[in-house]
Amino acid sequence: MSEAHLYTLGIDIGSTACKAVALRDGKEISGSSVIQTGTGTSGPGRVYEDVFRAAGLSLGEVSRVVVTGYGRLTFDRADNQISELSCHARGVHFLVPGARTIIDIGGQDAKALKLSPAGTLTGFVMNDKCAAGTGRFLDVMARVLEVGVEDLAELSARSTERVSISNVCTVFAESEVISQLAAGKTREDIAAGIHMSVANRVAGLARRVGIVPEVVITGGVAQNAGVVRAMNEILETPIIPAPLPQLTGALGAALFAYDEAIKLK
Amino acid sequence: MNEVSSVEVLNMLQMEHYQNAFEKKMEGKPIGWLTSIFPQEIVEALDLDYVYPENHCCAVSARKESPKFIDIAEGKGYSIDLCAYARLNLGYAEEGYAESLTIPMPDFICCCNNICSEVVKWYENLSKNLGIPMILVDIPFNDQYEPDQARVDYIKAQLEHAIGQLEAVAGKKMDYERLREVMKISNENSRAWQEAMSWLRSRPSPMNGFSMFNYMALIVCARGKESSKQVFELLAQEHKKLTEAGETKFKGEEEFRVMWDGIAVWPFLGFTAKTLVKNGMNMNASTYPDAFAVYYDEPTLEGMARGYAGTANTRCIEYHVDGRAGLMEQNGCDGALYHMNRSCKVWDMMQYTIARRTAEKTGKPYAIFDGDQADPRGFSEAQFATRIDGLKEVMAEEKKEAGK
Repeated sequence: MSEAHLYTLGIDIGSTACKAVALRDGKEISGSSVIQTGTGTSGPGRVYEDVFRAAGLSLGEVSRVVVTGYGRLTFDRADNQISELSCHARGVHFLVPGARTIIDIGGQDAKALKLSPAGTLTGFVMNDKCAAGTGRFLDVMARVLEVGVEDLAELSARSTERVSISNVCTVFAESEVISQLAAGKTREDIAAGIHMSVANRVAGLARRVGIVPEVVITGGVAQNAGVVRAMNEILETPIIPAPLPQLTGALGAALFAYDEAIKLK
Repeated sequence: MNEVSSVEVLNMLQMEHYQNAFEKKMEGKPIGWLTSIFPQEIVEALDLDYVYPENHCCAVSARKESPKFIDIAEGKGYSIDLCAYARLNLGYAEEGYAESLTIPMPDFICCCNNICSEVVKWYENLSKNLGIPMILVDIPFNDQYEPDQARVDYIKAQLEHAIGQLEAVAGKKMDYERLREVMKISNENSRAWQEAMSWLRSRPSPMNGFSMFNYMALIVCARGKESSKQVFELLAQEHKKLTEAGETKFKGEEEFRVMWDGIAVWPFLGFTAKTLVKNGMNMNASTYPDAFAVYYDEPTLEGMARGYAGTANTRCIEYHVDGRAGLMEQNGCDGALYHMNRSCKVWDMMQYTIARRTAEKTGKPYAIFDGDQADPRGFSEAQFATRIDGLKEVMAEEKKEAGK
């Protein structure tokens, strides 16, 4: 049956998670996988095996594999590697063709990308080394609030009076959150403040690259509705969470793999 | 007989520079420490000997010895937020010896704040700790495009005062004929340096731009010495020959040409250079080496005051933007790479705006990366590589678009 189809794989090896997408004929996602450990762990190997299982494919049925992400240079099961900026841009353009600005918040970096109408990368700004405005910041704060990072958004949705978290340094902000808890502020209001803090930091990057609608948010943090709400509020423009926000890089890689497979045919 | 190469003469002069300083120190003659763009002509003309702590910091950092001295300074209470050259040098001043390169301890120090303001406090501490005189030349920041007459007059008076202080150190009066001669040499050297660097505009550019960082040592240390000219002239000849043959010392294909803004990441010089080469990028233009060439036509104190008033870090943003845009255009750069250097506050303070406005003016993309000139704790190899990837991709897209 697969004779008639061309399957390609895109693997995105990030700092905190590994993602993979299997693509049929450069058009349709036939399977995907996310493993919550990143480069240097068992994650890359596991996500590679898992995506075959998810798509119901065997090794011989896949024409080409492209790897991207922070850990791409150490992954040896791909045919080619392409940098994450291009893959994100390609993946997002596929999902949201009108996207001109991408805000990507990953585990240890945040970036704003500018796209041409054709979806090619025309500029970018990345965060400095500081973890503020990244997924790592939210991980640390979720631990202090004693909730899973995935539950932060729901918690902040119940906020009635947002607390201001002013420290940029993750360690200082952690102390600030602890002080606010000790002062009797609710976890809901503090969670809302944490989201605003991340959004503020990332909005600065987005403004520097220049905001052109449509604005799409990707990366693991895009799944957090609290951050997306806060971004909408600060940037005063609708922010579209990418469908499959954690998979855009892997999807872009699978699309590049498809182009390469067609050329090689 | 084999021809002598510019790099051989450069290395020999550098060795002689430090050897001479040690010999003079042993003879009991006073040795000075100078900031990189101090008007060295007035020191040279008084036959005083001197070395440059900033140059020393480059060598020690590139040879991976900076953490040792930085730790000593931080242990003495100097903040991690201070310039890493200052911390390294203040740490070195405690020890007086480095395995990578030792310079003699100073008997007087000369400080000019045309590079930054923090340097004044750094040198004041050296002066107090070592109990030696400090000669300060104060250069006001230029909020205007060109320095006005009031600034030039003020700086000229500063120079006259510094000459008096240096005469006391040297134990003799200034020979103004000799000073004019040194000023002429300094100017000729700056122009010879500029001429050698202008060959980098050729396609392919005859050198890997990172080599500029080596030659640059001479324009800092020996701007006023006749011997420097020989190196720059040899280098220009080598570049001419390579260009005429269509050859380059850049390893690999020069797919992209970029401008480097900011001081080198000395502890990761090899890594940064190799990452660019791997990505087919030649840094064939930089604001860093050119920052040390001081140009003035008139060999008078007023001419010199005007020249030193106009050095890089004392200029307004408009001047910086025009300079970078002009450099990128002349050298045919496809993009720019900005070093957000944790140590160099005055440079960084303007960098976001300079980068954005230069990109608007040239239409060329840029990337900014974090790093430090001497403290290896301020740089991440992976973060640097990601930004180079991004810059390369944007440059490639633009080239593709332009080719359509």
